[in-house]
Amino acid sequence: MSEEKKVIVELDENPEYIINMGPQHPSTHGVLRFEVSLQGETVKYLIPHCGYIHRGIEKMCESLTYPQIIHLTDRLDYLSAHMNNEAVSLCVEKALDIEVPERVKYIRSILSELNRIASHQLWWCAFGMDLGGLTCFFYGLRDREKILDIFEESCGSRLLHSFVVPGGLMHDVHPNFKQSIRDFIKYFRKKLPEYDTLLTGNVIFQNRTRDLGIMSKETAISYGITGPSARASGFACDIRKVEPYSAYPYIDFKEILYTEGDTFHRYKARMDEMWESMVILEKLLDKMPDGNDYTAKMKPVIKLPEGEYFQRVETARGELGVYIVSDGNKTPYRLKLRTPNFSNLFVMNKLTAGYKIADLVAISGSLDLVIPDIDR
Amino acid sequence: MKSIFDYIAGIFKGVWSLLKGMTITGKYFIRLDKIVTQKYPENRKKLKMYDRFKGELIMPHDVNNFHKCNGCGICEMNCPNGSIEVISDKIITSEGKSKRIIGTHIYHLSMCTFCGLCVKSCPSNALAFSQEFEHAVFDRNKLTKVLNNPGSSLVKDLAE
Repeated sequence: MSEEKKVIVELDENPEYIINMGPQHPSTHGVLRFEVSLQGETVKYLIPHCGYIHRGIEKMCESLTYPQIIHLTDRLDYLSAHMNNEAVSLCVEKALDIEVPERVKYIRSILSELNRIASHQLWWCAFGMDLGGLTCFFYGLRDREKILDIFEESCGSRLLHSFVVPGGLMHDVHPNFKQSIRDFIKYFRKKLPEYDTLLTGNVIFQNRTRDLGIMSKETAISYGITGPSARASGFACDIRKVEPYSAYPYIDFKEILYTEGDTFHRYKARMDEMWESMVILEKLLDKMPDGNDYTAKMKPVIKLPEGEYFQRVETARGELGVYIVSDGNKTPYRLKLRTPNFSNLFVMNKLTAGYKIADLVAISGSLDLVIPDIDR
Repeated sequence: MKSIFDYIAGIFKGVWSLLKGMTITGKYFIRLDKIVTQKYPENRKKLKMYDRFKGELIMPHDVNNFHKCNGCGICEMNCPNGSIEVISDKIITSEGKSKRIIGTHIYHLSMCTFCGLCVKSCPSNALAFSQEFEHAVFDRNKLTKVLNNPGSSLVKDLAE
């Protein structure tokens, strides 16, 4: 009896309590485990454990030819499949010194921007649902369906397109392509204010996100944070501006920047990016040349000359870098992917320390993590 | 005094923001013409996929049971997952030359990732994607399919 009492006393004296959040948890959006140390309800520290969905994509790429690699990059960050395809394709084209037709550049950028909107819509759904607003999920998915229909009509699939290939596109876009995007923009301009009424102005949402998980510009730079999360802290890191690729040099657009760096402004940055993406889409559609050339002339077997090549693109979550080492064969010697979510994940410890466990969900939601992209 | 006033104003502002959100949901609750969801198994007859939808790999045959595949095996070579197996036969033509024809074209649906490289790389356009999307079966052996129909042969104008 006395021994039992002693144990209880010891437990009470130890104020640290470690729990696992994940690997199966609705708000980690995949198989990610956070080892959270709690003092009462306050987070002391947090250790992310990744690797639950490691598929060895980098190693698999070493035994596949360059056109075959494309379909694996879809499965990194499945919500920005187009940008991932484009990154590898641009890297291969850079190595071969191939200039793709103007029209292809425009189509690639248009598809990337559509993909960015679709990705941010899904993020909005999930973020709203993490914070307790189930209705957001229905409204976001309703509008996302319109984009997925455009993808299905042109690319043949809704999520994992494999549409951008080295040298151009898989096949030409559907004749309705331009018109359906214009219709979508017209539709979404009306629907996006609904998102603000439903969630942004909501008092519960505001109280749960404002002045929470503040990330300074210095932290963002030292942790290698990219994408809207970093731009909410005032770090101008948009690859579309810094190192323009495809059709981005031909048009003028503004980079969304905030200086506050809290959860609410990470949310605002993404919402504003959806507006800006629609402006970019309209500009690209106006300038897109007519014709039907969708690919540059490529050899049937693509062999990269010996050397090292690097290309980066802006995905919906940040900077994706593709580094190819070639030894002259038809398969790469080494393919390294610098994925945005991997860097974005490890700032979690710094952001959440000192906040409550309920805020942890809001902060991890605002970083917009996609787990297969972390583990790859 | 001011803090109490702010407190009460905060409550009213909060309730107002909630009501504003409720107007959106309320509007869609009343407007039955704005329903976007469909009931899936009931609408199966009028449900039509887009022409380019990558459902399932097929080898189109014409009415006389002719296909266009000459068994070159380029689709097998281009497939990243090994989901295509082409087993070709050798025949002696009437002129006495040996010629390669297709024996069986095996397609493992269970391994396919629908990247579309087989259809793109086929030099004689013998392969295509169907709009079939209901792939669920009870036995996984049913996912291994033979694409060329029994008794089918290469279309005549290509063979000569």
